[in-house]
Amino acid sequence: MFKRIITIFVLVLFVLSVISCGQAKKESGIKIAMVTDVGGINDQSFNQSAWEGLKRAEKEFALSVDYLESTQDADYAPNMETLLDAGNNLIWGIGFKMGDTLKEKALENPDQNYAIIDYAYGEETPANVVGVVFKEQEPSFLVGYIAGKMTKTNKVGFVGGMKFPLIEKFEYGFKAGVKLANPDAEILAQYADSFTDAAKGKAIANQMYGKDADIVYHAAGGVGDGVIEASKEQDKFAIGVDRDQNSLAPEHVITSAMKRVDNAIFNVAELLVKGEFPGGTTVVYGLKEGGVGIAPTSYKLVPAEILEEVEGLSAKIISGEIVVPSTPDTFAEWMK
Amino acid sequence: MIETILSNIALIIGTTLMYSTPLIYTSLGGVLSENSGVINIGLEGMMVIGAFAGAAIGYFVGDPWIAFIGAGIAGGLFGLLHAFACVTFGANQVVSGIAINFLGAGIALFLSRMFFEGATMTKSIPLDNKMPRPLNGVFPDGSLLNIIFDNQYATVYLALLMVLIIWFFMYKTKYGLRLRSVGEHPTAADTLGINVMRIRYLSVIMSGVFAGFGGAAMSLAIVSNFRPTLVSGHGFIALAAMIFGKWKPQGALLACLLFGGAQGLAVFLGQFDFEISTQLISMLPYVITIVVLIGFVGKSAAPSADGIPYEKEHKY
Repeated sequence: MFKRIITIFVLVLFVLSVISCGQAKKESGIKIAMVTDVGGINDQSFNQSAWEGLKRAEKEFALSVDYLESTQDADYAPNMETLLDAGNNLIWGIGFKMGDTLKEKALENPDQNYAIIDYAYGEETPANVVGVVFKEQEPSFLVGYIAGKMTKTNKVGFVGGMKFPLIEKFEYGFKAGVKLANPDAEILAQYADSFTDAAKGKAIANQMYGKDADIVYHAAGGVGDGVIEASKEQDKFAIGVDRDQNSLAPEHVITSAMKRVDNAIFNVAELLVKGEFPGGTTVVYGLKEGGVGIAPTSYKLVPAEILEEVEGLSAKIISGEIVVPSTPDTFAEWMK
Repeated sequence: MIETILSNIALIIGTTLMYSTPLIYTSLGGVLSENSGVINIGLEGMMVIGAFAGAAIGYFVGDPWIAFIGAGIAGGLFGLLHAFACVTFGANQVVSGIAINFLGAGIALFLSRMFFEGATMTKSIPLDNKMPRPLNGVFPDGSLLNIIFDNQYATVYLALLMVLIIWFFMYKTKYGLRLRSVGEHPTAADTLGINVMRIRYLSVIMSGVFAGFGGAAMSLAIVSNFRPTLVSGHGFIALAAMIFGKWKPQGALLACLLFGGAQGLAVFLGQFDFEISTQLISMLPYVITIVVLIGFVGKSAAPSADGIPYEKEHKY
């Protein structure tokens, strides 16, 4: 009896999964599909943003788009195989976790185009792969400037997820922005060594607020939930990351450093349609390319005159007059 | 100088309390289940479903206590499932626990997408609808007691109270004695007219309820929303704390506090620019736990029938 129930259950699951894979195809010719990382398609972060970009490209260029979700790291390779068999013109891997798998698949199938978010292969980029990275230091710089202008205690904080070059871009961009706005400001920086431990984020933020910091910026995923919660409890300010996080604490998240994964995906789709797919290169999206920016809700808590100054800074970054530091060395140079 | 040191210590104690609370609830759940003879490594999954239920009910209903109880019920349902597999069918308890861990995460995600427009993250609960913070503003601003108890939620004090209640229940009441006897020697208990199945069922369900509380203590107090990574390994740490605490509620409490305290120390040390990497400092809680475990706790022995399914005809 039990065996039969289980058999039926498995069959139903199987049928459902087949149905969910077989999405309707359109007649436009060009097909683009993406593999999400473990966050899933509705993660309210970069996977969701990527899918929004693809949907926009679908409308604009009459493409056919599709996605496959990964629930664990081991899903990346089979998902890529599935999309390969489906005859896509371009397969996206969303997130740096897919870096090794994507490269492996790209080398196995040299005729298939691939692209990846947040991964730069540098010199070793295969000819059929585009690496897409962002200048996270630029929006961090802008929110740092806002923090430097808005702090009343002359002390602000930065909470990072894990200390590696990607997150350091956030840290040093932020520090440079704060120092430009307010050379006397002190910046507390601490890493949680986690992207999930919200309690630790809260403890670190409490410590920073306890030491009189009044604005804390986080680049730490789920750890940031704890940082924002602490800002709510202590009635201080926080700055969000990746997407507009104002909705988490409308009176306390003054702004967010946004990464427009959607714009990058849309842009690469446009290039593909035009036949200008930049295979074999790493494309960098900064303020100039519309790949990063600050949250549109910033006007709610940030005074208009500060936002105007930010506007001016942003123009200077775009024109190349300001080059925002992204590493300890470039930051040390900047401080001179 | 002394003032700074004291206020830093107060901050570490505050972090300790905040950090340990979810672990305390969950490890109490472990204590109940394992003392009745059922291994429960599904605590993590039960915590996840509790965290989700707490956040979702809290968001829609707006009452933290209803949400907290709802989280307990959600955890309890998973406990029921575990009991069904392990007690009624005598399934392998470790395998069932692993299945519960997968199921908890999967169902939480599924329900979250259903109720929150496809998002895997629930919407944030306003501060006023979260757990109350009873000692906020009681002590003067800047005093050491204020640093410790400011912004500590009711869940913290309730957890400590629960330890006392469970300890009293297990060692001072006849029901507690029955629970322990079932975990030590079910055949003997059975011959004395104790319904082994029923006690194990109740214990495992209560274990789920407490793990659900543990999850809700995160999503209703430490933060105000659920996301799939909110509970990441806390259930296993609580399980370890329970073993570390020799399967006793008071031991589990101390183990959870030790872990939380080490975490507080790691946060405190993390603010300085040491030459050693922050990753090493972040290892502290785990290293301290292991060192204390092998150095000071001594041999810890599980209840003798822990993990063995009970069948009436079985010969021991």
